[in-house]
Amino acid sequence: MNNNIQSVNLSDRIWNFFASVKLSVILLLTLALTSVIGTLIPQHKQASQYLQQYGEFWHGIFQTLKFYDMYGSWWFQLLLALLMVNIVVCSIDRLSTTWKIIFPEKPVYRADRFKKSASHKSFQTGETPENLQKPLNDYMNAHFRHCRVETMKNGYRIYGEKGRWTRLGAYIIHLSILLLALGVLISSLFGYEGHMNLPVGDTANTMKLRHSDARVGLDFSLRCDDFSVQHYPSGMPKEYRSELAIIENDEVVEKRSLIVNSPIRYKGFNIFQSTYGRIPGETFTLIFTDNTSGLQISKKASMGEELALPGGKGKITVEDYSNNFNFRGHNLGPTYLSMLTPSSGNPRPLILPVEHPNFDRMRQGEFTINVDNVDYRYFTGLQISRDPGIPVVYTSFVIMIFGFLITFYMAHRQICIEARRSDGKSTSITVSGISPNRRPGVNIAVNRVAGKIERIIQQHKNT
Amino acid sequence: MMDSTSIISYVTFIFGIAAFFYAIGWIFKSKTAGRLGTAAMVIATAGNAAGFVLRWVETYQVGYGHIPLSNLYESLAFFSMAMGVVYLFVEYRYKIRVIGMFAALAAFLALAYASLPSIGSQIQPLMPALQSNWLIVHVISYFFGYAALTLAFCVSILFLIKNASQNPDSGILGHIPSVKVLDELTYQLVIFGFLLITLGLITGAVWAEQAWGRYWGWDPKETWSLITWFIYATLLHARLMRGWEGKRLAYISVLGFAAVLFTYFGVNLLPGLHSYL
Ligand code: HEM
Repeated sequence: MNNNIQSVNLSDRIWNFFASVKLSVILLLTLALTSVIGTLIPQHKQASQYLQQYGEFWHGIFQTLKFYDMYGSWWFQLLLALLMVNIVVCSIDRLSTTWKIIFPEKPVYRADRFKKSASHKSFQTGETPENLQKPLNDYMNAHFRHCRVETMKNGYRIYGEKGRWTRLGAYIIHLSILLLALGVLISSLFGYEGHMNLPVGDTANTMKLRHSDARVGLDFSLRCDDFSVQHYPSGMPKEYRSELAIIENDEVVEKRSLIVNSPIRYKGFNIFQSTYGRIPGETFTLIFTDNTSGLQISKKASMGEELALPGGKGKITVEDYSNNFNFRGHNLGPTYLSMLTPSSGNPRPLILPVEHPNFDRMRQGEFTINVDNVDYRYFTGLQISRDPGIPVVYTSFVIMIFGFLITFYMAHRQICIEARRSDGKSTSITVSGISPNRRPGVNIAVNRVAGKIERIIQQHKNT
Repeated sequence: MMDSTSIISYVTFIFGIAAFFYAIGWIFKSKTAGRLGTAAMVIATAGNAAGFVLRWVETYQVGYGHIPLSNLYESLAFFSMAMGVVYLFVEYRYKIRVIGMFAALAAFLALAYASLPSIGSQIQPLMPALQSNWLIVHVISYFFGYAALTLAFCVSILFLIKNASQNPDSGILGHIPSVKVLDELTYQLVIFGFLLITLGLITGAVWAEQAWGRYWGWDPKETWSLITWFIYATLLHARLMRGWEGKRLAYISVLGFAAVLFTYFGVNLLPGLHSYL
């Protein structure tokens, strides 16, 4: 028995803890403050870099606190999760009260609350209250709900209200945030992203996954038909454009141009223009310069083809290519790697950097060899992702904006029009308004209603 | 014919004049000076808008052709225009002129900063990643939002000064509206600003997805906009807590504005990051 009461108390206490706005204020501020850390400490860098920057002591602390992958750390995710629980509990906790306010049988109108309200507008008119009752009634019935007439000694009051449902606005916002969280969760669980370098003319249907060496297949193949870069007069790039063909079952199903900021979306895959580069074509020219006579002989060559050196001095085969060849710590840029077999002696490797034609002079052979007339091919670097969370996230965005508009710019309002005979035939009319959930802007609403009523009375007089 | 940069330098000067008249109007409770302030503010804002349109035309003349919202200079000039528009709307709606001095001063400072040689006012071409309609909505939302939040900050400062004063109803403090009005004005400005920075955050996410294939990546600029957003969300909720009206809300508004400033200017100082704006 005792046990039971305690457990009820405990669960009540947990519920109340999560139902409080105080907790959400604390959580939101904590999230704001902790988020700062990840912007001060660079994320996802090499451990050695951190060690150098922060020293052993701080490095150890930062590592324990997971500051290097802060937004993915358990404690940051826990804060976010707590915020979501907070929203759910808080909303459920209040919804029943709000629901009762939104759907009561009859609203309660109390004249004294309107009297106390700071929002009034009064004017005089030459008509009698009785004469005005019908047009005023019609106006209120047309524009407000739950209208009620209350008769007084020398006149009457007409009450009406509208916008009760706008109290749901905050719930709509909170719902959208939960939906957003769901979308982000779906993205992180089921989304993935990869990269594909596709030379012009080639076709491929696999990509390399990000942060791993694994390759995954696509549900279709991509062929790159062309790639081009456009520049501004200043030399700054203006546009990167790939012409892609989407191929299924050996048939081209679609041809599309891909540029930055305008991805191709196909069968749940999103294809982005990400990078580009050049790879050497199959053919190039080898130039042999006689180191004594300076005489030059050039020969057309291609990858893997064996070529005789001038004067029967041996043979050479270009075997490989590197875009950024590293020679003793220097980046030589695009470089061909070849094997030279002299007519007498052992074969030896030869480095032929395209941009340094004199490099081979270092070897001090009979000939200096360099590569020219390289026929490059462009490749386009495609980023390809699949993210089933996106529709959910974007839906939450739309709902959130509507929620804000409802919460911020619409309100639950009650209006009271009082018509009181002042002297003889004339009537004093007072419009007043309140916002039961204390929304600003009542004054403006009251002025608008008063303006309309004045016009209606004017029309009534004229007819 | 005048070019947009010289229009903007005249406009800077006129914002300065507006600030001066608003200040006179406030200190001496002079309606005439206040009206002159409003006139100068209207002229400056209209001139600023004209400068914006002209610069847009100029981008076509140099062969780039894009809305001038692509670098720090252009964004500062757009901010001052947004400031003028938002402020004039508030003045019209609330019939309050005392914050005019702050609004004009903020616009003046933004433009004075923009005119520093180090900012660079040349028209630059737009790199491929920035060529997006989402970027336009994104930047416009943010700068109108920032203008509203800057005004909210000014009102909060007035609130704090008036609230701390021993005799808030005498002297020039007496010319400020009551703390109740200031409190409501802060709230109205914050909700407007919050709505717009939310729109900015959302359109930024949609744009990032189109350009880079991800709607969120925790890069410092993104993270700082989220921090700002959290702070203003805190402010809206703190209102619902008993005892958190007035002073403490004003403090959060000041904190939020500090976050806005850092998101705009400070993020570029953080390590390992290239930022466009
Ligand atoms: C990032 C998360 C959140 C955002 C953006 C958000 C947004 C909002 C907004 C804009 C309002 C309207 C405020 C106003 O009327 O001035 C609101 C109201 C409210 N929020 Fe949140 N909220 C968030 C999280 C939470 C959490 C975690 C709770 C949990 C306690 C909560 C509880 C409330 C309550 C009780 C209201 C008042 C509802 C009413 O007026 O009936 N919110 N929220």
